[in-house]
Amino acid sequence: MAVNVIKEKCKGCSICVKNCPFDAITMEGKLAVIGTACTSCGVCVEKCPFMAIEKTEEIKEVKDLSAYKGVWVFAEQRRGEIMPVAIELLGEGKKLAAEIGCELCAVLCGNGVSGLVSELFEYGADKVYLAEAPELEQYTTDGYGKVIFEAINEYKPEIVLLGATHIGRDLGPILAVKANTGLTADCTRLEIDPEDKKIRQTRPAFGGNLMATIVCPNHRPQMSTVRPGVMAKAERIPGRTGETVELKTDFLDGDIRTRVLDVVRSVKEMIAISDAEIIVSGGMGLGKAEGFDLLKQLADKLGGVVAGSRAAVDAGWIDHAYQVGQTGTTVKPKIYIACGISGAIQHVAGMQGSEQIIAINTNENAPIFEVADYGIVGDLYKVIPSIIQSLD
Amino acid sequence: MKILVCVKQVPDTNEVKIDPVKGTLIRDGVPSILNPDDANALEAALQIKDQNKDVTVTVLTMGPPQASYMLRECLAMGADEAFLLSDRAFGGADTCATSTTIAAGIQKVGNVDVVFAGRQAIDGDTAQVGPQVAERLGIPVVTYVEEIELGDGKVTVHRQMEDGYEVIEVRTPCLLTCVKELNEPRYMSIGKIVDAYKKEIPVWNHMDVELDPKDCGLNASPTQVFRSFTPPAKGKGEMLSGSIDEMSAKLVDKLKEKHYL
Repeated sequence: MAVNVIKEKCKGCSICVKNCPFDAITMEGKLAVIGTACTSCGVCVEKCPFMAIEKTEEIKEVKDLSAYKGVWVFAEQRRGEIMPVAIELLGEGKKLAAEIGCELCAVLCGNGVSGLVSELFEYGADKVYLAEAPELEQYTTDGYGKVIFEAINEYKPEIVLLGATHIGRDLGPILAVKANTGLTADCTRLEIDPEDKKIRQTRPAFGGNLMATIVCPNHRPQMSTVRPGVMAKAERIPGRTGETVELKTDFLDGDIRTRVLDVVRSVKEMIAISDAEIIVSGGMGLGKAEGFDLLKQLADKLGGVVAGSRAAVDAGWIDHAYQVGQTGTTVKPKIYIACGISGAIQHVAGMQGSEQIIAINTNENAPIFEVADYGIVGDLYKVIPSIIQSLD
Repeated sequence: MKILVCVKQVPDTNEVKIDPVKGTLIRDGVPSILNPDDANALEAALQIKDQNKDVTVTVLTMGPPQASYMLRECLAMGADEAFLLSDRAFGGADTCATSTTIAAGIQKVGNVDVVFAGRQAIDGDTAQVGPQVAERLGIPVVTYVEEIELGDGKVTVHRQMEDGYEVIEVRTPCLLTCVKELNEPRYMSIGKIVDAYKKEIPVWNHMDVELDPKDCGLNASPTQVFRSFTPPAKGKGEMLSGSIDEMSAKLVDKLKEKHYL
């Protein structure tokens, strides 16, 4: 697809220039010119009042993609436990597989992890591709990349889903290049086109200011990473079973070019703000790190957890692991209480899926109130103690 | 030793606002900046240069001609040389096609020992181009690097994980993608700003890096944007009124009414 200006129709109004999210259009005299920064997003096509911009589909040689079948989920495990995001992907993968009419498969790598296979069946996998080897004890880009790429080559999945964890975001891009296909990062929505059965992947772009739906028409597999906490977990059906396929794991010297010398788990627990039902979150308005003590009191009272905005993390008041937003964690709790958070778009992108949003801010014009179900204008150091009292 | 840093010029997405009436992006006054993680990558390279006299730092970007301003900023921070990959043929590239072009640029620079890149760029947040460049160059990659120790023919790094970190050893040449916890990027220095404007920044097109137009840009992008839209805003809710105690009581009542408490 390419975006082109129809010279005869362009009036030189420059509306497209202002609307282009990527600053890719310039005016040359009275004519809009699309530059190299163009991503073919098509925003200008819709905005042009003179229908002077068109998006053309290039006619490409249609490849025979019929050999590719099945939805695969990368069943990421750490220390013998399946990551929650893998279970979310099995839930989503099941829906996609049903719409296409194909099977749902899980790919499991590790050493001594075969005990997890039955769990994957119970969470909906029809088939589990299992790779076990001492070389796969620790995650390495090269080790996992080799085994999974060889499996993709041999069994030809139509769709491959990975969790957008620090591992999935490392592995996915490598697999995509090896398989010569596209990868859409951090998807928030996946749908199957009812006509051609291809996947449509929607993701936030531009710091959450823009949503883009991405397709991968002529390459297989179609690959996506999905952020933890975005999709609903698969239902577990005890006793459900399926077929296990063992993958080849032949490693030569030099296949794995990195060596994991040590794995250090910091004292902090794996913080599951993405799983929390109630989150009390703080931003710049707290004014100091100690403000989080007050938020913690409210969170404890409600049986929830604390989190912070990027500003609070950057100020060093709370660890990055607690950050909600585009570059932190996406959360969708039942109740999200934003305290002293202005509501920058990249923060809102990470919490707007919350069922009830409550905003407390001294500035009545703070953008956070635009997404809040309930807003309280006031000093959080007075409001929060008062809420705690009301809860008694 | 030769270090190459991949950088990108991005709009400061923190400054972008949505027109509440038209629902469109407001770009006016949004500055173009050096991508934040890339600034950490450059800083990491410059720190190595500070300690070792025989280190040269090269910066490379793909982008429109105006990306040369950002490259001058990198020179003013202390980089030795800069190259710009710019060609209409590179336009519309997804991560897969972008990595082909950047890898070709790195090959043209030649004899690079360590490639640094930012973890991800704030306009796309994909975190894909770094590892994909490494894969195309056939060199190992470590992503999410938050600490670096340079050894003889090898690098030992801390790779950030959600719940801690891994200590990883990798031989050079290799590619490392950097996170903001790695360091605090330096400012440009006055002397170097002056020098930066004296330096020439070569611009390379597809022929310079020996790429066929069918292998770059839109033509070589497996993924395509089907459509773009601004996310629908969630409707504004209710502003509570009264004294602080009244508002608190109302809030608790309402949440109880809806069975959230």
